[in-house]
Amino acid sequence: MSLPKSTGTAKTVKQNQRRVTYTKAGLQKIAHELRIDVLKMLEKAKSGHPASALGTAEIFSVLYWDYLNISPQNAQDPSRDKFILSNGHICPILYATLAKKGFFPETELNSLRKINALLQGHPDRNIPGIETTAGSLGQGLSLATGIALTQKIEADTANTAGNTATTTKVIVMTSDGELNEGQTWEAAMYAPRHSHTPKYTLDNLTWIIDRNNIQISGHTNEVLPLENLREKLESFNWYVLEIDGHNISEIQGALKMAENITSRPTVIIAHTIPGKGVDFMEKDPKWHGKAPNREQMQDAVAQIKNLLKNIKDY
Amino acid sequence: MTRKSTKQLKSKSTRDAFGEVLPELAEKIPELVVLTADLADSTRVTGFAEKYPKRFFQIGVAEQNMASLAVGMSLAGKIPVITSFGVFSPAKNWDQIRVGVCMNEANVKIVSTHCGINVGEDGATHQALEDIALMRVLPGMKVFSPVDFEETKEVVRAAFLEEGPAYVRLTRAKTPVLEEASAKGSKNFKVGSPYVLEEGTKVALVGTGPILTEGLFPAREINEKYPESIKVVNIPTIKPLDVKKFLGTLEGISHVVTLEEHQITGGLGSLVSEILSMEGLQKPRKIVRMGMQDTFGESGSYEDLKKKFGLDSESIKKVLLKELKEAGI
Repeated sequence: MSLPKSTGTAKTVKQNQRRVTYTKAGLQKIAHELRIDVLKMLEKAKSGHPASALGTAEIFSVLYWDYLNISPQNAQDPSRDKFILSNGHICPILYATLAKKGFFPETELNSLRKINALLQGHPDRNIPGIETTAGSLGQGLSLATGIALTQKIEADTANTAGNTATTTKVIVMTSDGELNEGQTWEAAMYAPRHSHTPKYTLDNLTWIIDRNNIQISGHTNEVLPLENLREKLESFNWYVLEIDGHNISEIQGALKMAENITSRPTVIIAHTIPGKGVDFMEKDPKWHGKAPNREQMQDAVAQIKNLLKNIKDY
Repeated sequence: MTRKSTKQLKSKSTRDAFGEVLPELAEKIPELVVLTADLADSTRVTGFAEKYPKRFFQIGVAEQNMASLAVGMSLAGKIPVITSFGVFSPAKNWDQIRVGVCMNEANVKIVSTHCGINVGEDGATHQALEDIALMRVLPGMKVFSPVDFEETKEVVRAAFLEEGPAYVRLTRAKTPVLEEASAKGSKNFKVGSPYVLEEGTKVALVGTGPILTEGLFPAREINEKYPESIKVVNIPTIKPLDVKKFLGTLEGISHVVTLEEHQITGGLGSLVSEILSMEGLQKPRKIVRMGMQDTFGESGSYEDLKKKFGLDSESIKKVLLKELKEAGI
C-alpha cells in the first residue's frame, strides 16, 4: 500500500496506521491546491459551481487529510468512514480531493462534465470514492441519518450477542440554501429525537452546513431567510457548533468536539466565504453557478498561487 | 369444475396479504426492516411491528425523509421496506425514489396500499391513480400490481427476495380471492410473466390489480353463451414485462380491452398501447382502455365509484360485448 500522495508537509508517519499527519500549514497548502484544481476544472468544463467549491476547500482538506479514515485502499471496506455530499453541485472540490487522494487519475479532472467521461456534473456513485449519487437538494441529511442509524442497530445487535461492533464517522455536508428544502427539517427533527425503542443516539452523525450566505438567486437572507439558524437547530436538539470554515484549527477542533459529544448528533455551522481566495468571486452570488473563462481562471489561479507562497503555520 | 360467481368467493384485501406475508419474510430475510410514515395500521404492518419491534421504524408523517433514510439504511446493509398510501409514497417522495433509490440502485422496497378508487370514502386526494405511471418510468424499478390476496403474497416474496428497487401496488378494499375460483390464478405468478385466467380467441381483456376480478366474471358469463370468445390476461408485473410472452397471449386476437384502477394514461393502458403499436401494420389491433379517463376520483363507496367511473362488472360486460360484436361473434 502506498502512502497517500500529497504535496503537504508531512510531520510524522504512523507506520502502523500508514497514515500521514499534516501540519496546519500542510493542510492549508492542500486546500489551496484543491482550489487551483477546481478553477482549472471549471474553466475546462465551461460550466459548474465555483463559489461554494472554493469556499469549502479547507473543510475538505481537513476531512480527507486529517480526519476521515477514507482512502482508495479501504474504499470497499465497510469500516471506512462515510462522507455524504448532499449539495452535490459543489462536487468539483470533492473530485479534486478524491483525485489527489488517488481514487482516480488526476487527468480525469480535465474531462469534468464531458460526454463519456467519469466525472459527472453532480456526484455519481459509480465514481470511485463517491458514496452516493446526489444533486437534488435536501436528501443527504436523511440518507446519512439512515447510515448512522443502521450502524447503531448493528452495534446494538452485536452487543446483544456479546460481540462488539464499531460505528464509523458519518459526515454529511449540506449547503445553507439547501435548508430551504422541507426534507432537511424532516431529517433534522428525526435524527436527534426519533421515537424508536431502543433509542439510538446518533452521536456518530455529524452534519456540516456550509453557511456562505449565497444561493443561486442571491443572498440567502434575500431568497428565504434562515436565521436564527443556531436557535432553530438547538431547538431540534442538535449539538450546535459555529466555526470559521476557513480556519484549519477551528475545523479540526469542531470535528474533535463532535466526536466527544455522545448525547446527540452534532451540527457544525461552518461560516465560509463563497469564492474564497479569488477577489472577484468572493461573496458574489453570481459566481454560485458560473464557470470562469480562461482569463478569469488564470487571474484566479495566480491569486491562489500567491496565497500558497504566504502560508504560515499556526 | 363448477365455477363460483364473484359473490360466492371469499373477499380479502391485498394489503391484508402483505400484513400476513411480512413476518414470514422477516424470518427469511434478517436484513429486512420496515418503515412507516404514521400509517402502520392502515398499511397492515402492526403485526410485523409487534413481532419485530427493533426492526420497525416510525418515521412520522415524513415520506421524503422515510425514502432517503431507507436509501441510507440500504447502503449500510439493510433491506428497507417503506410503507404508506400510494398518494404519499411513491407520489410525495418521487424525487427521493428517483435520485436516492434508483440512481443509487438501492435495495429498497416500496409497498403502497390505498391505490385506486377502492379507497372509497376518503375521496380523490387519497386515491392513488397515477402511481404506476410514476414508477414505471424509473430505470431499474420493478413494478408489481397483484390481482388478489394470494397473488400478493407471491408478489411480495418475489419483490423482497430479488435484489433491487421494487414497487408493490396494493389496495384497501376486500376483493375476490381467485384461488378458490380457478386452479390457475396466483400459482401462475412469475416475475415478468403475464398469464391467462380465461381462454378466449376474439377479444382479450388485459387487466392489472384486483379490478381485473370485476371483469373476469362478466367475461366468463359471456363465454358461457359464446364459448371461448373473451380471453382474460392478468398482468401482475407491469415492469419488467415479458413482451414476447405477452404478445403470445394475444395471438390471433384483434380487439384488446385494458382494465386498471389507474389513469388510462401512463398505466397499463399506455403500456399495452406502446407494446402493440410496435407490432406495426402486420397485426393491427383495436385497443380500448378502461380505467380513469383523465379524471380524479371522489368520495363514495367502492361499489358506487366503480359504477360512476364505468369500472363495474356491468359496464365492463357492455364494453366486452360491444368489442366482441365488432370482432365477430
